[in-house]
Amino acid sequence: MRITQGAFSFLPDLTDDEIRLQLEYCLSNGWAVSVEHTDDPHPRNTYWDMWGHPMFDLRDPAGIMTELAECRLANPESYIRINAFDSTHGVESIALSFIAGRPSAEPGFRLDRTETAGRTQRYSLVPYAVDKSPAGERYRAGV
Amino acid sequence: MEEPTNTRPERDDDAASGAAGTEPVTIDLAREYEEAGIAEVLDALDRELVGLQPVKRRVREIAALLLVEQVRERMGLSAGAPSLHMCFTGNPGTGKTTVAMRMAEILHRLGYCRKGHVVAVTRDDLVGQYIGHTAPKTKEVLKKAMGGVLFIDEAYYLHRPENEKDYGQEAIEILLQVMENQRDDLVVILAGYKDRMDKFFASNPGMSSRIAHHVEFPDYSDTELFEIAEIMLAEWHYRFDEAAAAAFREYLAVRRERPHFANARSVRNALDRIRLRQALRLFEERGRQLTADDLVTVCESDVRASRLFDVDDDETTEDDSEGGTP
Repeated sequence: MRITQGAFSFLPDLTDDEIRLQLEYCLSNGWAVSVEHTDDPHPRNTYWDMWGHPMFDLRDPAGIMTELAECRLANPESYIRINAFDSTHGVESIALSFIAGRPSAEPGFRLDRTETAGRTQRYSLVPYAVDKSPAGERYRAGV
Repeated sequence: MEEPTNTRPERDDDAASGAAGTEPVTIDLAREYEEAGIAEVLDALDRELVGLQPVKRRVREIAALLLVEQVRERMGLSAGAPSLHMCFTGNPGTGKTTVAMRMAEILHRLGYCRKGHVVAVTRDDLVGQYIGHTAPKTKEVLKKAMGGVLFIDEAYYLHRPENEKDYGQEAIEILLQVMENQRDDLVVILAGYKDRMDKFFASNPGMSSRIAHHVEFPDYSDTELFEIAEIMLAEWHYRFDEAAAAAFREYLAVRRERPHFANARSVRNALDRIRLRQALRLFEERGRQLTADDLVTVCESDVRASRLFDVDDDETTEDDSEGGTP
């Protein structure tokens, strides 16, 4: 199941050239761009692992593309996203976030139903990959 | 959200028609020159910078190479992106930084720098203070400079031969790697004094061989320095009267022999002190009605008051850092 998070996720995956154009747009707005990765893509998992620091004062996407390439190399089968942070006073939040890399196979999520008091049901989503193996070993080929 | 996906195909079409469709057989180099807009930059370089003939010639050569390369590429004769890393050597105050800024502009107009900004750094910005601090610091600076020019002032400080464990070497290695692999993302310009740069290159042969253009900045002659002084004064809306001009020429000849002579920078410092003295002179005769002419004119006494003219005392040096009280 293809995971859809952030902007553009209902479109086909962005090519590197398209990512570069998006970054160009981010930089033209003065946003600070950062690269993050994770192998636990649960929608409630907002805290992904940072790949280096957020990059401030960049003028050209080349620097971010270098970091992205390095991140993909180090984390070949994981989700990678690019965040752009708008530091304008009063905004101070992520202005754009999109997935820039995903594992080759995405098994998807299981729906867990839990009976609680009375006839209440509680639901939760559990990624199959998370159940199978510990962090760092998920989404590997053949798993 | 959809903008990029919409604009991309159009750009591809443009590129395709330019490359394959209507390929011109002859190319008007003059028109290319006009269109690139580098004529203005080169003319401004000629007009605004005094002297520096070898440097100007070199900048013209580089600009011509890039222009021709651009045209060749369109004819399908590309020889690959030329290496544009440069090294500017010369004594203090010979205009290395100024020319680097112009160079960035030229490269930008010719499309070799996507953004054309200059990131000026020194050793402090590249080299960290403890183990593991240098690499991220250098990389961050490199990322900021991408798409533009990285100007490393006094680059020889990166290498400290007396300390084997110095982190400078680490910065040099990262720098070399990026200079080699990301040639189209960034242009590196090293600057420094001639003798020290030579020593630096001798101990870092890898650096020397990756730099295609070694440009030497000659010292200014006295006439050129005077011309520079006049341009500076004109910029600040001042001018010498005749006697002051003669006195300043004399000043330049004497100043050159003194220690810490820094070409145009010394001229600027001298002029700064002259402005102070002129202001004080006007202030002291404040009983008098001043005309605009009085405010603009620098008199001989303003120049002559410099300590440099005190011949009796051999020990006096008018250091550039000093305030220079008469």
